[in-house]
Amino acid sequence: MQIRPILAALRRHKAGTILIALQIALTLAIVCNALFIVHDRIDRVNRLTGMDERNVVTVQNRYVGSTTQFIPQMKTDVQAIRSMPGVESAYVTNAFPLRRGGWSTSVQRTDQDRKGEGVQSALYFGDEQTLKTLGVRLIAGRNFTPAEVRSFELQESPAPAQVIVTKAVADKLFPDGDALGKVVYYYKGKPSTIIGIVDKLTVPWIDVDFMDNVTIMPLLHNSTYQFFVVRTKPGQQDAVFKSIANTLYGTSRMRVLPDKTGVRTFEMVRSKAYEADRGMAILMTIVSGVLLLITAAGIVGLSSFWVGQRRKQIGVRRALGAKRSDILSYFLTENFLIALGGVVLGVILAVGMSQWMFTHFEMKRLSLTYVAAGVAILLSLGQLAVLAPAMKASRVSPVEATRSV
Amino acid sequence: MFAYYLDMALRSLGRSRALTALMIAAVALGIGTCMVTLTVLHVVSGDPLPERSSSLYLPRIDPRDDSTASASTAMPAQVTWLDGNNLLRAGRARQQALMLGGQVAIEPDDGDVESFIATARYTSMGFFDLFGVPFLHGTGWSAADDESRARVAVISSALDERLFHGGNGIGRTVRVGGVPLRVIGVLAPWRPVPHFYDLGMGHFAGGEDVYLPLSTARAALLPRGGGIECWGKGSTTEDLMETAECTWLQFWVRLDSAADVAAYERFLDGYVHEQFSAGRFRRNRPAELTGLMAYLDERHVVPGDLRLQVWLAFGFLVVCLANTVGLMLAKFMRRGMDIGVRRALGASRGSVFAQLLTEAGIIGLAGGLVGLLLALAGLALVRTRPDHYAQLARLDLSMLAITFALSITATLLAGLFPAWRASRLPPGMQLKSQ
Repeated sequence: MQIRPILAALRRHKAGTILIALQIALTLAIVCNALFIVHDRIDRVNRLTGMDERNVVTVQNRYVGSTTQFIPQMKTDVQAIRSMPGVESAYVTNAFPLRRGGWSTSVQRTDQDRKGEGVQSALYFGDEQTLKTLGVRLIAGRNFTPAEVRSFELQESPAPAQVIVTKAVADKLFPDGDALGKVVYYYKGKPSTIIGIVDKLTVPWIDVDFMDNVTIMPLLHNSTYQFFVVRTKPGQQDAVFKSIANTLYGTSRMRVLPDKTGVRTFEMVRSKAYEADRGMAILMTIVSGVLLLITAAGIVGLSSFWVGQRRKQIGVRRALGAKRSDILSYFLTENFLIALGGVVLGVILAVGMSQWMFTHFEMKRLSLTYVAAGVAILLSLGQLAVLAPAMKASRVSPVEATRSV
Repeated sequence: MFAYYLDMALRSLGRSRALTALMIAAVALGIGTCMVTLTVLHVVSGDPLPERSSSLYLPRIDPRDDSTASASTAMPAQVTWLDGNNLLRAGRARQQALMLGGQVAIEPDDGDVESFIATARYTSMGFFDLFGVPFLHGTGWSAADDESRARVAVISSALDERLFHGGNGIGRTVRVGGVPLRVIGVLAPWRPVPHFYDLGMGHFAGGEDVYLPLSTARAALLPRGGGIECWGKGSTTEDLMETAECTWLQFWVRLDSAADVAAYERFLDGYVHEQFSAGRFRRNRPAELTGLMAYLDERHVVPGDLRLQVWLAFGFLVVCLANTVGLMLAKFMRRGMDIGVRRALGASRGSVFAQLLTEAGIIGLAGGLVGLLLALAGLALVRTRPDHYAQLARLDLSMLAITFALSITATLLAGLFPAWRASRLPPGMQLKSQ
């Protein structure tokens, strides 16, 4: 192959060569990091909550007025919702997955000093219909009974006699797998017994390191902020979504259901929770696309210039017996060599950039698959971009050699 | 001479339209993305109160016991009821205010209108003077009102609009969480960004809708919001919050000179020592006085995603510029012939260089213009985003100037090398070789 003469020719176009290589290197570094971020965000957006998310409607409710006793109204409201046509089950709570607000505390096996050995867990208040409504699977133990559901005051510590925990909490507290029936402590001096374990359920937040640590407590919290979670019969979600506000206003008008976050289907909750991540993913994809386009345009521009500059030399080569395919492969190879140089530099840059983002933005380290994919993309992009100018070059007629101007 | 260069540059650019368009597009894309991200960053990392941020301080003392202090070692940014009131009563700063945020239900007298939720700030009377909040009508309340738990309120112009249709609600009644309050003041629109005095309500929360005396709010037990940290026995019931071992109020002071700051630090240290000696504080941790901007830095108010986007945008601009350098090089070298003729007719290297640089400048100017349009479109897109700060993303005059400065400087820099290379071409060679 004619690599040597290509290198010799490139030495006479140092500036252009370096510019294209540099551009390819930077593009590679940015694109593979950007695509990696996209991948990471898409992974987050697709994370499972452990719920059966179909046919679920949530209501954010705030009681108003001068009363400080909300429990009776909460019970009335839940009853009213449960007797709506199309409703399968419902309960009242403080939080649910993807709500992005809630309560967490540390739970531990002993009632001693609380120093570091506890497991952080989100707290969901609920009742005997909670598991059914969320659609989570009990893998051990039993559900709450209606008699176990208690009320507690605004400032009291939530620590009921019975709790249901996720497998993640159970395994962290009792690595031997014998959590069922064990006593744990959420607050000092207040023992709770684990009566059930569910397979998986995530916390209300999307940015914590204890995503699967959840405790469900049979409690009604005497507070003005409440959320109703409703499971509808299949096909009834729309009907319930539309009529639930009226049902609630029907029992009492002393409440506020906020405009945008009042009544939402779980699809809406999910899409709102990950809005920022989706935005970032779309932005990164667009930036990567545009960047690749610009790089390609740059290669086309500079290669066309080189072809124009060397018409005479190409003519000479053709006159001396070089075939069209020889000229074509000359330019393709030339571009490949430049791109190769750029890609090598780009891999170093990409890894450096990822390292820097790892320390400054708490991001994961770039996976090598992405670097490899980026390399493949840029090498083929270079070949594609140079194709048109190279074809043009191959069509230069041998007669050009004889022309003087 | 410059007019001549300009004319030549325009002719030359017009001759290769596709290449020119490509260069302008590359510069515009790079500049546009940079400006969008920079503007958003500029908005969120700005100074919430430019006139007085340098004299606002957050006094911080640590009343926690050993068990929890080990868990979170940062100094608390909030105070307990007791400490807050002690510091407020001491009145050692030029101005000070003790405050708390909350969300309240506003119940219109109009029976047909649904109740709605508004943001409220419960504060001692000093709030408005301390932060220089502008009034449209009326005034704030007095120390006597604080003392007597007067049922008075200052409302935002937006709430005035919603409740009284902009008809200046002074003297009218607004029912806040079931409590009737007499409106004594209406504020002009006021929104410090970030919401520095209570980050717990959201870093970019808007200004509150209704302001009322802290004493009144606590007497009525209006809903509390924002962060709270408890230790020891913590809190038990809402009406005992005043004695609970929790930090849940914000306390800010205004100190104008370095001497005032030093004096206030001494006062705080004295206070901590006194409380420690009396056995109320279990750790004699020195007090701290944090300036407003330093506090925003400490709390990482600017979202990480945003900084990442700015870096990304600059990387993007660099690629676009490298691209432009390459294209300009090709363009200028292709004109070797022209340049050779000009040189042969007596043009100096300097004048060839200046002429080519003029051409680069024009591309920069055009790229800046198109980039500006792209940035405006991009910002309109950003404003549809859900984040609180997104709505604030608007291009101001300084950012506009930066757009053009950045664009022209960047393209001139990009043009330097190609212009230099082209101006060095030996004229004879160029004429002969063709």
